[in-house]
Amino acid sequence: MSPLGIRLERCAKTFPDGTRALDPLDLEIRAGETLVFLGPSGCGKTTTLRIIAGLEAPDAGGRVLFDGEDVTQVPIENRNVGLVFQSYALFPNMDVRGNVGYGLRIRGVSAAERSARVDEMLAMMRIEALADRRIDQLSGGQRQRVALARALAVRPRALLLDEPLTALDAKLRDTLRVDIDALLRRLGVTSIYVTHDQAEAMALGDRIVVMDHGRVAQVGAPRDVYYTPATAFVADFIGTMNRLQGRVENGQFVTGAGAEMLFRPESVRLAEDGPIAGTVAAAFFLGDHTRIFVDCSGRQVIVESTERREFARGAPIRLSIDAASVMTLKDTP
Amino acid sequence: MRQRGVSFWLLLGFTLFVCAFLIVPVVMSMLAGVTVNYQTGISSGFTLRWVAQVWEGYSDTIFRSIGIALACLACTLVLGVPAAYALSRAQSGFARAIEELLVMPVAIPGLATAMALIVTYNTLGNFRTSWTFILVGHVLFTLPFMVRSVLAVLSVIDLKTLEEGAASLGASFRQRFFTVVLPNCRPGILAGSLMVVTLSMGEFNMTWLLHTPLTKTLPVGLADAYASLRLEVGSAYTLVFFVMIVPLLIGMQMLARR
Amino acid sequence: MLYLLFLPAGIVFAAFFIVPLGQLFLIGASGRDGWAAYAAILTNRNYLHSLVSTTLLSAAVTAATLLISGIAGVFLTRNRFAGWSALVAALTLPLAFPGVVIGFMVIMLGGRQGLVGDIALRLTGEHLVFAYTMTGLFVGYVYFSIPRTILTVMAAAEKLDPRIEEAARSLGAGPLRVVRDVIVPALKPALLSAGAICFATSMGAFGTAFTLATRINVLPVTIYGVFTEQANIAVAAALSFVLGILTWGVLAAARTAAGSTVAAAG
Repeated sequence: MSPLGIRLERCAKTFPDGTRALDPLDLEIRAGETLVFLGPSGCGKTTTLRIIAGLEAPDAGGRVLFDGEDVTQVPIENRNVGLVFQSYALFPNMDVRGNVGYGLRIRGVSAAERSARVDEMLAMMRIEALADRRIDQLSGGQRQRVALARALAVRPRALLLDEPLTALDAKLRDTLRVDIDALLRRLGVTSIYVTHDQAEAMALGDRIVVMDHGRVAQVGAPRDVYYTPATAFVADFIGTMNRLQGRVENGQFVTGAGAEMLFRPESVRLAEDGPIAGTVAAAFFLGDHTRIFVDCSGRQVIVESTERREFARGAPIRLSIDAASVMTLKDTP
Repeated sequence: MRQRGVSFWLLLGFTLFVCAFLIVPVVMSMLAGVTVNYQTGISSGFTLRWVAQVWEGYSDTIFRSIGIALACLACTLVLGVPAAYALSRAQSGFARAIEELLVMPVAIPGLATAMALIVTYNTLGNFRTSWTFILVGHVLFTLPFMVRSVLAVLSVIDLKTLEEGAASLGASFRQRFFTVVLPNCRPGILAGSLMVVTLSMGEFNMTWLLHTPLTKTLPVGLADAYASLRLEVGSAYTLVFFVMIVPLLIGMQMLARR
Repeated sequence: MLYLLFLPAGIVFAAFFIVPLGQLFLIGASGRDGWAAYAAILTNRNYLHSLVSTTLLSAAVTAATLLISGIAGVFLTRNRFAGWSALVAALTLPLAFPGVVIGFMVIMLGGRQGLVGDIALRLTGEHLVFAYTMTGLFVGYVYFSIPRTILTVMAAAEKLDPRIEEAARSLGAGPLRVVRDVIVPALKPALLSAGAICFATSMGAFGTAFTLATRINVLPVTIYGVFTEQANIAVAAALSFVLGILTWGVLAAARTAAGSTVAAAG
C-alpha cells in the first residue's frame, strides 16, 4: 500500500464554548514522512491531530484531503487511520490478542488470517509472550506496544500518535523512542506524531511543526528549527537559548552596545582569555556534563562544560562565544 | 464530529416518552385531587373541598409522618454518624462485615423485617402499640443510607491526616470530632438527612404491618383512603403527599448536582 | 475506642434486628409442620406458584428496566440540551413514592378510567384495562425501578473513557458495534448491581400489589394473606424468612460479581 499524502486547507477549530483552539492552518504532509507537532499544552497540536483523524470536524471552510481526495465529511470509522493514544485506550474486556485483532474482526477477516496477522504484529512489537494476557496485567511500556500493534494490524493509510510516550518513565521513554523510530522508518507509513517533548520531536521527526496558541510558529527539519528559529517562541521552546546584548567584532562576540543576540549553550566555551567576563551563579553536576549559570552584564548565560573541575559559586569565569553561531531574530523583544 | 443526527432525535424521543410515562400519572392524580368530578374531567371545575376533607379526616397521619421522619433523622444522626466515622477508620475486613450487616434491613423485604419485629415484641403491649414501634422499623431501614452517605464523604477526604494535624496542635478526641470531623462530613450528613426523611415519609411495606389504628402514617392512611373513599379524595391525599415530598426530592437532586 | 462509637448503633441493631430475625426463624418452625414449614415454599402448590410468578415477574421487570435505563441513561450522559436538568429531575422523581402511590399511578394509566384505556378506545375501539392484572403490576414495578437504575447507569456512564470508543471507531467500528464491544462491557458492573437491586426490590415489593388487590398472587401478598387471614404465624414467618434469604442472596451474589459496594436503594 503506497504511503498517503495529506493536506490540510484552512482548517480552524472553535469549540462550542467559544475557545479558539486552532487558527486557520494550511499544511502539506508528504507521503511516508514522519511529521511531529510540537508545542506546550493548549497550543492546538492535539486538535489538529484529531481533525486529521476525523474525530473533530474543522470549522466551515476547512478541508482535509487524503491523496487529493476530500475526506472532511468522512467519519473516522471509514478513514482507515491508525490511532495511538497517550492513555493507550486498550479494551479492558479483551485480552491482548483480542485487542490487536479487533480491527481485523470488524473488517470480517477470517479467523485463520486474523490469527496469522496478529502473530505477525506481536512478533514485530516483540510481545509474543503477552498474547493471552489481560490488559490490566500489563505494564505501561507493554500496553504501548499493544496499542501500536493494534493500530498497525489493519495496515492503516496513516499512523497518528498522540503523545504516546508521555505517560512512561524517562528510561522507558528513551528505549521506546528508539524502537518507534526504527519501526516508523521500516514501515514507511505516513506518521503524524504529537508531543510536547522537544527532544522527542527532534529525534523522531523528518519535519517539525512548532505550534503556539493555535498557530504555527515554524515548520522545518529539526536542524532548521534548532539552528535558525523563526520566532522568539521557537528559539526559547527548542533547547536552551541564551541572550546577550552585544555585537560581533573581529570575529569575536563582545558584549556592550549592540543588538539582542541569541546563542546556544554549546556555542559558549570556557576560556581563560575570553572576551566576556562573568561570575558563577550556580553549577549543577549532571553526570556527563556540568550545567553552569553565569551572571554577565546583568543577564544569565547557561554554559555546559565537560571539564572535570568543580565550579564554586561566586567564582569569576571568562567565556568565549563562537561568532558564527550567534543569531538575531527579526521580532525579538 | 457528530452533528445532531437521526439517532439523537430518536433517542431523545424515547427518553421523553419514558419521562412522560413517569410524570403524566403524577400530573393526572394531582389534577384529580382538585377536580370537582373526576369522571367528568376538568370541565367540572376546580375545588379544594377534597383537600379539606383529607385534612379533616387524616391530618393526624400527616403530622405523625412528619414527626416520625424527624425522629428517625435524629436517631440516624446519633447512631449513624459515629458509626460511619468508626467504619472509615476500621480495618477493611471488619468494616466490610459491619457494612454488610447494616445493609441487611434494606436487602430483605420490609415485610420480613416487620414480621420479625412483631413476633418478638408482640407481648410488650405498650411498645407494640406506640408510634415508637414504627420508628424502630424506619430507623433500621434508613440507617444504612445515612452511614453510606457520610462514609462516601469520609473516604474521599484524607481524614486521618487532618486529625493528625489537629492532634499535633493539641486537640483532644472530643474536640477533633466536633471541630474537624463533623464539619468535613457536612455534605454527607446533609445528603443523608434528606434521604432519611424522604424514605421515612414514603415507607409503607414495613409500616403497614407495624401500625395500629391509632398509629397511622400518611402512606397507611393513603391506602385506607384508596380502598374506602372516592377517587378524588385519594387523589387529594396523594397531592398532599406530593407537596410534602417533592421539595425534599428536589433538594436531594440539587445537592447531588453540586 | 472505635468500638465505643459503634456501640449505640450496635445495640439498636442487635435488639431490633438480629434478635427479631432469630426469633422469626424459630417461630417459623414452631407451627404444625415444624421445620418442614421451611420447605413449604417448594412443597405447597400455592406457595410454589406464587414464588414462580414473582420470580418471573421480577426477572421481566429487571430486563425491561435495564434496557430502558441503559438507553436513556447513556443518552442523557452524552447529550446536553435545553431542559436537560428538568428531564433528569422528572426521571428520578418517583424515587421515594410508596407502593401505594405507585399502584395509584398504574390505576391512572390503566384502570377503568385510565389514560391508556381512553387512548386505546379512540385508536382501536377497544377499551384497554390492565391495571388489575400481572401487566399492571409489571408496569408499576417498572415505574418505580426506572428512577433507581437510571441514576446508577448515569453515574457509570459518566466514567466511561471516550478514548476507548474513539479507538474502536478508528479501527472501523460503527456506532452499534461500539455499543456492543465497548459500552456494554464497560457498564457491566453497574448494570449487574442495578439489576440485582431491581430484582430483589421487585421480589419483596408489597405496597403496589396490595393496592392493585384482586387476585394477583405475588409472594409478599401471599405471605400477608397467610399472616392476617389465616393467622398462621408460623408459616408466614417461615415464608418471609425464606424470601428474605432469597433477596439478600441475590444482592450478595451481585456484590461479589460487581466487586464494589452495591448502592442498595430504598
